[in-house]
Amino acid sequence: MKIIRWHGRGGQGAFTAARLLGAAYSSGDNRYALAFPSFGPERRGAPVQAFTKLDSKPIGDRSESEKADYSIFLDDTLFFDAVFSELKPEGKILLNTKQAINNERIITLDGDAIAAEILKLPITNTIMLGAFAAVYGGITLDSIEEAIRGNMPEKLHKKNIAAVKAAAEALGTEAAL
Amino acid sequence: MGKCFLSGNEAFAYGICLARPQVISAYPITPQTIVVEKLSELVEDGSLKAEFIHVESEHSALSCAIGASAVGARTFTATSSQGLLYMAECLTYASGGRFPIVMMNANRSTALPWNIYGDQRDSLSQLDCGWIQAYAENAQESLDLALMSYYVAEHREVSAPFMANLDGFVLTHTYEVVEVPAKEQADSFLPPFVTENKMDFGHPRNLAFSAGPEHNTAFKYKEHIGLLNAKKVIAEAEEKFARIFGRQYTGLIESYRTEDADYILITLGSIAGLVKEKVDKLRAEGKRVGLIRLRYIRPFPNEELAGALKNAKAIAVLEKDVSFGNEGTVFTNVNSALHKAGISIASSNYIGGLGGKNISEADIEKIFEELKEEKTTIQFLGLGGAEKWVYPQGL
Repeated sequence: MKIIRWHGRGGQGAFTAARLLGAAYSSGDNRYALAFPSFGPERRGAPVQAFTKLDSKPIGDRSESEKADYSIFLDDTLFFDAVFSELKPEGKILLNTKQAINNERIITLDGDAIAAEILKLPITNTIMLGAFAAVYGGITLDSIEEAIRGNMPEKLHKKNIAAVKAAAEALGTEAAL
Repeated sequence: MGKCFLSGNEAFAYGICLARPQVISAYPITPQTIVVEKLSELVEDGSLKAEFIHVESEHSALSCAIGASAVGARTFTATSSQGLLYMAECLTYASGGRFPIVMMNANRSTALPWNIYGDQRDSLSQLDCGWIQAYAENAQESLDLALMSYYVAEHREVSAPFMANLDGFVLTHTYEVVEVPAKEQADSFLPPFVTENKMDFGHPRNLAFSAGPEHNTAFKYKEHIGLLNAKKVIAEAEEKFARIFGRQYTGLIESYRTEDADYILITLGSIAGLVKEKVDKLRAEGKRVGLIRLRYIRPFPNEELAGALKNAKAIAVLEKDVSFGNEGTVFTNVNSALHKAGISIASSNYIGGLGGKNISEADIEKIFEELKEEKTTIQFLGLGGAEKWVYPQGL
């Protein structure tokens, strides 16, 4: 089972991204996913976390206690070195930032730039989802598109699908899209 | 709709929508809110032709449902925690009046201390109020229970209200793949609600009456028989459900790898998923362990448990509940089943997950490890420093 931990601030759509990833992944045969937010009161702007679990068999463990394979940050003000402790030894970080970071476990992307260009809003949840799909492999663009169409309001479909594509392309040719 | 990615609350709402209730009366409370919101959306957009009544409290929500059921309408309500306790007065009106109302309860801790997270002390505190009580493990089962609940509750030989329980947050707010059946399929499973137990100007009758000492026992006896009859009706419903939808459920209990198991953990609700994974791992190491998940706790699976446990060496009951001053209520019920069947084995009680405390794989491993000692004990999991207060001697 692979565990993806999403970090964002209330209103940035971290849980939406977690849910879209689960929906996209589990649209294939023999693929199962759980997606859930860190439970509790929600406030706009406050740090929030969300989780997606991916597996080839039904997932019985609903807890958030395990260490993650990937931590994704929609907002680099939430990123500190201490977050490595929430990762498995081989775990990787996917970070939305303008900074250049020289660490082989950290993959960076200027998601804000893509957001400004395509969404005209500083919202990077679907951008980081596109980036994750490129890094992870085996999650098709079609499945993400279908997840967006099935789980987001219609007026958001076109721009977010474009944002997903742009993010995946920005991370290079290893993208499995 | 086919394959969808839904939360437990949403899945249950779609199941209810497919059952076509005519009246929904509800008051929102965390973590049940989404099931009510979803149903109000489905009524608003015309997917569900029902009267959605916004009431001012849970007491009114169930009172309203009772009124609707008393004119022969299929009715639904939903609640959680303090909301369930606030409607407690009405629970026995619904069951004593033999009104087959369906209610979803999002299992949540009860105050004080104030806590919005999941445990099962809310519903288990209401075991004696005459409602059928089922506990779902996942979102698919939640949807399927929503559909089956009316089949069971409205059956003439049952005529009892039905409480379907979903663990707060870990089930109500977790998204997973759910197969949503087509309306035609649902209609072929569930016939419209027809009852003589209603106000009808053509056939006037006395409803919701009083009964003094002379007749009271007879009414309570019949109510008890109705709940016991639910056992065979649940089996009938599941057989028909499997024929139409292709998903087979297993009655009051689900036995997982128990056939030759020496040590069996008994639990209820969504934690069973993690226990199954742990059972698989321990089996791979050659350990003879198994799980029994209580799908229904009213009616209680006395015979089913006796049959499944007759060759076990020891059992443990893991529950998110405590009856203060005694032990976990599920544990009490399980021990009674064992005693009546003449099964004398060690049984221990693990009280965990209170107020949303995580029950980890390590906790489950500890339970299976301690089962080998074949002792009878009562323990709390996840005390968080409270161990310094010594548990008084005796059980």
